[in-house]
Amino acid sequence: MNATMDENLKTTISNICREYGNDRTRLMDVALSVQERYGCVSDDAMDVIASALRTHRVEVASLVSFYSFIKDKPNGRIVIRLCNSIIDRMQGMGHVAEVFQRELGIRMGGHTADGKIGLEWTSCIGMPDQAPAALVDDVVCTRLSTDTAKQIVEDLRQHMDPKRLVKKLGDGNNAHDLVQAMVENNIRLGGPAILAPMKAGEALTNALGMSPAEVIRNVKNARLRGRGGAGFPAGMKWEFTRAGASGRRFIVCNADEGEPGTFKDRVILTEYPDNVFEGMTIGGYAIGAAEGILYLRGEYSYLRAFLESVLAARRSRGLLGKSVCGKTGFDFDIRIQMGAGAYICGEETALLSSCEGERGDPKTRPPFPAQKGYLACPTAVNNVETYCCAARILERGAAWFAGLGSERSAGTKLLSISGDLRRPGVYEVPLGIKLQDVLKLAGAEDAIAVQIGGAAGQMVGPADFSRLICFDDLATGGSIMVFGPGRDLLEAVDAFMEFFVHESCGYCTPCRAGNVLLRQGLQKIRHGKGEPLDLVYLKELGETIKIASRCGLGQTAANPVLTSLEKFRSVYEGRVTPAPDGLQPEFDLAVAVAEASKIAGRKSVHLTE
Amino acid sequence: MSEKITFILDGNTIEGEPGQTILKAADAAGRYIPRLCSHKDLVPHGSCRVCTVLVNGRPQAACTQPAAEGIVVESGSPKVQKLRTSIIEMLFVEGNHFCMFCEKSGNCELQALAYRFGITAPRYPYQFPYRDVDASHPDIFLDRNRCVLCGRCVRASRDVDGKNVFQFVGRGRDKRIAVDARAGLSETNAAVTDKAIEVCPVGAILRKRVGYAVPVGKRQYDHEAIGTEIEKAAPAR
Repeated sequence: MNATMDENLKTTISNICREYGNDRTRLMDVALSVQERYGCVSDDAMDVIASALRTHRVEVASLVSFYSFIKDKPNGRIVIRLCNSIIDRMQGMGHVAEVFQRELGIRMGGHTADGKIGLEWTSCIGMPDQAPAALVDDVVCTRLSTDTAKQIVEDLRQHMDPKRLVKKLGDGNNAHDLVQAMVENNIRLGGPAILAPMKAGEALTNALGMSPAEVIRNVKNARLRGRGGAGFPAGMKWEFTRAGASGRRFIVCNADEGEPGTFKDRVILTEYPDNVFEGMTIGGYAIGAAEGILYLRGEYSYLRAFLESVLAARRSRGLLGKSVCGKTGFDFDIRIQMGAGAYICGEETALLSSCEGERGDPKTRPPFPAQKGYLACPTAVNNVETYCCAARILERGAAWFAGLGSERSAGTKLLSISGDLRRPGVYEVPLGIKLQDVLKLAGAEDAIAVQIGGAAGQMVGPADFSRLICFDDLATGGSIMVFGPGRDLLEAVDAFMEFFVHESCGYCTPCRAGNVLLRQGLQKIRHGKGEPLDLVYLKELGETIKIASRCGLGQTAANPVLTSLEKFRSVYEGRVTPAPDGLQPEFDLAVAVAEASKIAGRKSVHLTE
Repeated sequence: MSEKITFILDGNTIEGEPGQTILKAADAAGRYIPRLCSHKDLVPHGSCRVCTVLVNGRPQAACTQPAAEGIVVESGSPKVQKLRTSIIEMLFVEGNHFCMFCEKSGNCELQALAYRFGITAPRYPYQFPYRDVDASHPDIFLDRNRCVLCGRCVRASRDVDGKNVFQFVGRGRDKRIAVDARAGLSETNAAVTDKAIEVCPVGAILRKRVGYAVPVGKRQYDHEAIGTEIEKAAPAR
């Protein structure tokens, strides 16, 4: 790099840092801006950032190395990211990936010799209802085929403009000027609470007519439980946060929808963003916060400009800003924090770390976010859908909401259904609905297995289809993946384990090391080298990871193996054979000596064909 | 004197200070809970999970979980000890630990834990990862092969030395220790007298030119199991 360019880089990056007030806690935004401008955060860039933010360069390197969408070296001016979720693979991603590699003349993970186009795998991008799908920079390309893959490469070579890959716009706001995406909403079943319009400001006005304690009481009386998957009572969370230390408090919306197979927040944010922001504002009033943050996953950055415009419109209508709705003393505004490709940031404390400009490591609990969250201030973190429900409760009343759903699981729930079925998409159903009724609605009557709750959830078979979708039986944050006749379930389990190995933050031993071992044990069976004792090994190891891991990711990562072992034992048993000599084959000799054989230029005499 | 709290640890009544962690309270009572990433002079990290205990039946890290009045803590049961054994075995196979060649042998907390738990060989397959060695510093040797990612050096350098020489980079199985420089440790302001160098529980951060100053056989854990120092310091029961 010559001296003038060096000066340019220094000036540009210093300006980016200044834009964020040279605030160390905004390192995430700084790194993302630099990434966007230069295609990476280089060694030189790290030095400039570290000095501007008065931090250490290793702190910058630590953040940069954590997030999949931030690089320390460029991987193509345009990056094509293919979704490697099991649903995408079932729908032909393997062939699509081959075509991309062939047409670009590179392997996955590489970039073209001219440095123009890079190609990578990425975890579920939230489009399994229109799989196989990919991100080309932040442009979503859905329903890929080998033909469209070829066309994409041809087009990019010609114009190098991902936006021009969108030839047909999707429905609803996907066609909005600020979105311009080919994404389809696939709303198959609307409902009264979430997928329904609301007059902006109505619920908020109702809330502001009450005391904060009354608002919380309403949410509690509605028996609203968190929609992200854990099901913690939302009113109670708000009450705890309100009881936290005085001073700054925060409302955070978790829109890091990373659970494989989940895409309902994508639809809410596209069609009903006002309801989300209204719910956040009500939450802000209830807990006594003046600031809100919407943490939007990097995969959904195509929605960012649109969401910013919705926020701007709310500000100009007095629904955000100083004295919201004319209520003196209640000031509230919302900013959008972008994520950058890290599933762990859907864990609420990891999400807060990320907002603070740190690696997405979960925090030690206690203290809980309600006591010490964002910037060590009391913080309530809720899911996108939870805020929608909260707004609806303040619009229609607690009793009305509590009357929906079942006794212990009030309200409706959005389900994202994908896989082997006729009508993939989003469904708003009352909680307490039977799984088989959902499968019928979606056209999945011949399912042999259903993964409920995403990779972190559980795999169930027909014997469980009469069970109920609710917090106390089959709990789910909304992901339902359907596997039809002929599917290899162990392939799905393996894909989920690959996902967890890739997404583990690495903080604690059981999750970091254990999941690697668990996947290896599973692969041994998939490769036909397993014996019956391996099933005992998988179960013990899986339980160790579940019990000893530090956060929800590790505590649920072994679920695909553990639940499939329980429900589909015969599938495993059919794939293992007792070792003939009673010895357990620890490793594959041929693979182990492959590198040595290559160097020696001959095959080991101990290898049999 | 502040008010005391009492709780049950493996059937014994333990007295602790409010706000104290389970691990600290147990230490003070002469009850050793095995640990690796925890260090008495550093803030707790809760990452190795060796100190996992069951608190009223729920798994928690004793080094971060506050002791509370009336809780029932299970630490020495076969179930919990088996869990710890698994975690220690995981730590062995995810790195490259060759005790017989390691200068830290006998003073190594990972090795000492393995002895205390009767681990002769891990049940898990060795991963044999490729990891970088940094010998650039004149006085300090950084061998990531032996690193257990406990973060003691990170915390000590940041909180005690005030230098931030070490930090984690990467995630998942690619997580590793990095130094605050483009190239190696020699470009940082690390000094051999730093707390960060002293606290490494394994042979990942070593002082140069002091190898085998204490002969094998006369090292810290050669004759006494790790944790004995805590058990011996027990107040009269």
